[in-house]
Amino acid sequence: MNWRTVSTEAKLLLIGIPVLIWTMLPIYHLVLFAISPKESALGGQLWPDHPTLQNFRIVFSEQHHYLDHFWLQMWNSLIIAVAVGVLTLVVATGAAFAISRLKVRGGRTMMNLALFTYFIPAAFLAVPMYKTMGVYGLLNNQWSLILAMVTIAAPYSIWVLKQASDKLPLELDEAAKMDGASPLQLFRLVYLPLMTPSLVAVGTYALLLAWNEYLYAFLLLSRDTQITLGVALGNFLAADDSPWELLMTTGLIYALPPAAIYYAFKRYMVGGLTAGAVKS
Amino acid sequence: MSTIVLPDAQPLPAGPVKKAWSPWQKWGLILLTPYILVFVVFVVYPVGYGLWLARHPASYEHLLEDPIFLRSVLNTLAFLIIGINVKMVIALVLSGFFVQARTWIKWLSLLFILPWAVPSIPTILSFRFMLNPEWGIINSLIFRYTGMDGPNWLNDPILALAIAMLVHIWKSLPFWTLILIAGRLAIPAEHYEAASVDGATSWQKFRFITWPSMRTLYLTCTILSMIWTLGDFNSVYLLTGGGPADLTHVLATLGIRYLRLDQVDLSMAAIVVALPAVLPLVYFMMKRLSR
Repeated sequence: MNWRTVSTEAKLLLIGIPVLIWTMLPIYHLVLFAISPKESALGGQLWPDHPTLQNFRIVFSEQHHYLDHFWLQMWNSLIIAVAVGVLTLVVATGAAFAISRLKVRGGRTMMNLALFTYFIPAAFLAVPMYKTMGVYGLLNNQWSLILAMVTIAAPYSIWVLKQASDKLPLELDEAAKMDGASPLQLFRLVYLPLMTPSLVAVGTYALLLAWNEYLYAFLLLSRDTQITLGVALGNFLAADDSPWELLMTTGLIYALPPAAIYYAFKRYMVGGLTAGAVKS
Repeated sequence: MSTIVLPDAQPLPAGPVKKAWSPWQKWGLILLTPYILVFVVFVVYPVGYGLWLARHPASYEHLLEDPIFLRSVLNTLAFLIIGINVKMVIALVLSGFFVQARTWIKWLSLLFILPWAVPSIPTILSFRFMLNPEWGIINSLIFRYTGMDGPNWLNDPILALAIAMLVHIWKSLPFWTLILIAGRLAIPAEHYEAASVDGATSWQKFRFITWPSMRTLYLTCTILSMIWTLGDFNSVYLLTGGGPADLTHVLATLGIRYLRLDQVDLSMAAIVVALPAVLPLVYFMMKRLSR
């Protein structure tokens, strides 16, 4: 190792270490609270003298009045996220296939309208969406959140799927037509298998978006037995006497599934979701 | 914008054109219908309804008389101009760091993505507790090492807004870095090799190879990030709740504040006022992406 390489490595470390600290700071703080007995976490210690899993035990057994519906709210988050993932896939796959492969008339315009929705800031649509759900009589019904999240997730999903779909060779469709395949057969036997990686990316994207959503969930649902874990955490915070260590433990538990899902599907996500962006 | 025409979604009249409705077109329409329904029921109707709610000139007069509105506009501009540009410059630098081929950098990049993958609320709560003036870890450490009381971080509007920007940057930096990494990786390696042979410095390589190829992507990302940041409700609401004294609101949280106060017309008016600034940016983005 000569002087030049040493200096390059040192420069890289000089960026890498601050990046690591910056990224992990709030996450470490979350973990620290979760494994600390109450007194030690509030004493400003960087590592507890007696790490404990007691907080997790309290949360899992719902032994605090803020946590009465912990498992139910976890279930709500899960069922809503899965429903959004599945519905987004159904809506977006059909639309992308129709626009990209079947070249349905007006498909291009529909794609542009979808993109327009994608670029409208989510908070701008939140108030009208809330009022609209009131008109439809869906407030305080989990369908309102599911449908709102499908509306938000679908445009980008359609766009990603259309980009991927445009790359499939046109000869495939022609060969299938020649063999007398119906559009539905083309869809099922040729299109879906070839698109699997992008479908995984889009499904994961919609699922994570719904699991992580706070604003819409907080506007559209209010009963303790219906809300998602994220909204429950927000309500927890609004109270003055919230037990911090339990709030942080619940927060950590809430953050783990999306992190795990992201890592599990990482190779689909990064490729699938950034490919389109670079093109422009 | 309130009247959005769905072109060609109706079956064409029978006659000579009927032949055009091949099974391919028919199935295309059937498969596109679920999204058309979602779009009409949950985008067209809400947008139209929202604009209808914002139709009274009086709402705008009230809005302009509300000092909190003016403050929110200034905060939003500060958030966009300072926050986004700082974030994008850091993302540009870090994208150069993360493309270096080192095992440890690969591992670091796995951790680096975490803020983007996990939900906002737990990590923003974590920031909030860290900054608590009495028990937060930051002020505890300040007290331990200096014997002085640390600042009341979130009680100073300027400081609180700055921290909200930091929280926003913490959350969305990984995403933009990832996009810019992809942009850097798309530059052919031969360009850099040729430049090295010619004895170019790393600044010259950036200036004459990296930047010209990434300029458009960088601009697109900046604009897109600005549009989306207008909708960033969490970073401000969950950190400061708009306080102290409603001085840290941005447009995204202000709309919800008016909704909570049962002033939906003001809420919609605040959004409509922002549209002249947002729509050209949206138009620019659509032009770029729909090519």
